[in-house]
Amino acid sequence: MTRIPRIVRYTILTLGGLIFLFPFYFMIITSVSPPGSTGSLVPPSLDFSTWTFIFAELPISWNLLNSVVYTLGVVAITLAIGSITGYALARLSFRGRDTLFAVILFTLALPFQLLMVPLFIMVSDWGWARPGPETYLALIFPMAVNATAIIIFRQFFRGLPQELFDAAYLDGAGNLRILWKIAIPLTRPAFLIATLITFIGPWNDFLWGLLVVRDTYWQPLSVAVGILGSGAHATAGGGNYWGTVTAASTLLAVPVIVLFVAFQRYFVRGVIEDGIKG
Amino acid sequence: MGGKRHKPHNRGSWLYTLPYAIFFLTFVAYPLGFAIYMSLHEWGLISAERPWVGPGNFLTLFRDPLFLTSLANTLLYLAVNLPLTLVCGIALAVALNASFPGRAFFRTVYFLPYVTSTVVVALLWKWMLSTDDGILNGFLRTLGFDGLPWLTSTWLAMPSIAVVVAWKSLGFYVLLFLGGLQTIPRSLEEAAVTDGATWWQRFLHVTLPGLRPAIALVIALSTITGFQVFAEPYLMTGGGPLNSTMTPVLYLYQKGFQSLDFGYAAAIGIVVALVVVAVVLLQRRFLEERTT
Repeated sequence: MTRIPRIVRYTILTLGGLIFLFPFYFMIITSVSPPGSTGSLVPPSLDFSTWTFIFAELPISWNLLNSVVYTLGVVAITLAIGSITGYALARLSFRGRDTLFAVILFTLALPFQLLMVPLFIMVSDWGWARPGPETYLALIFPMAVNATAIIIFRQFFRGLPQELFDAAYLDGAGNLRILWKIAIPLTRPAFLIATLITFIGPWNDFLWGLLVVRDTYWQPLSVAVGILGSGAHATAGGGNYWGTVTAASTLLAVPVIVLFVAFQRYFVRGVIEDGIKG
Repeated sequence: MGGKRHKPHNRGSWLYTLPYAIFFLTFVAYPLGFAIYMSLHEWGLISAERPWVGPGNFLTLFRDPLFLTSLANTLLYLAVNLPLTLVCGIALAVALNASFPGRAFFRTVYFLPYVTSTVVVALLWKWMLSTDDGILNGFLRTLGFDGLPWLTSTWLAMPSIAVVVAWKSLGFYVLLFLGGLQTIPRSLEEAAVTDGATWWQRFLHVTLPGLRPAIALVIALSTITGFQVFAEPYLMTGGGPLNSTMTPVLYLYQKGFQSLDFGYAAAIGIVVALVVVAVVLLQRRFLEERTT
């Protein structure tokens, strides 16, 4: 452990803290500044017209709902498929197990941009890339299994003592029963970490959502905010462009930040101890 | 884990991997093959004719001035992003690596941008770096300096984006460096103290060498991120001014989804993928050399 002088430590940390926190402060402040004084550090008065504007005039509630469905869909499928795959990799033996693990590691190195063009053609051919609930299928399925989550599950299931499994086998329990009654209850933190890591992907996704959803009512929030900010509605909010953009950005940023701050202990431990790629 | 120990229960084990296998074949393996197939054809959306062109798309790509510009821009990006990420990441990790009041608070604060959507980060910085009414230039003017054209000049726009991406990802790298710091044996540090080394000497001769694997990992991950930058230029500069922030993935997007030249776009995707795989292999090799 490097011992460094206290003054150096706190100078670095505080300077860093300011650089990291200020933009968030500025985002929130801009969203509640009256139109004439956007950009000031401390607004003369608070004004929530941008907030009423985005909910009244933009389909932002729909976008929020779409993001919730998109994110929950991806998280649910990742937890279901990821946990049984992780369990099989950690606790069962079958031919091709090592190959399967290598394949999962390989998918981590594969950039999404490469698969994006064919995936777009596939979901278009299947009729999923059009306005309607099919949009959810187009959004969710190509993102459905987060490989990092499988690796986390594998790691947690490997950490369980073998005696536990031996005893259950002797009692005549089958694999499925052992997984459900013993392994899963003992690996709750794995589910939490996998949820956090997976959640960030679809909630913050911009590229895939931008490609497959053109209809503003069916777009996820991140895509809607991006399009709002890229100037399509430059006169939005009575000319208070940045006020409107920061209000929508705040709406997009807050849920993840709250989730992360609430559970950051687990997340931080996961990254530091296992060197997990996020 | 010996396979022998629970042999009777392994019948049908492969069934547990079936859902993932189906997912992998449908949404990873098939599109991967499809992408390679497309890249070898002239594949537009309108024409039903999709003639085989072999390596034609790739040959055109490496003579395409705009694609070469996007690669050069990425190198400029890396030249700014990598040193910044390493210096700030290590400084923050070393400062965090002790128990003191406020540690969890600071760690959380550094991590906030990492979990925040790229869309939010890009738009927020576009607003703060705005040449005319951005707060950074406002601040510079109060101090008596001129404002700088952060996102509106060909020489500064890409470095600005490189700094924004570093700001966003730094919190994650700080955690990796913290993990690296914890692998350095305490006895080494103590020996250096007994030898009368100053904290700076200890940092240079004990901490930094011990962080080597973490540094290699962070360089690899940042380089991969660098070759995949899309949302920041798309939202902050649109690739401009004068293509100075054009990136390979932004070009892929424009070719595939605006010019509808899917074959060409797939070829760009394959080049990006090969760069990523090369970086991963290089990093592994570097780590193996170090540990053996």
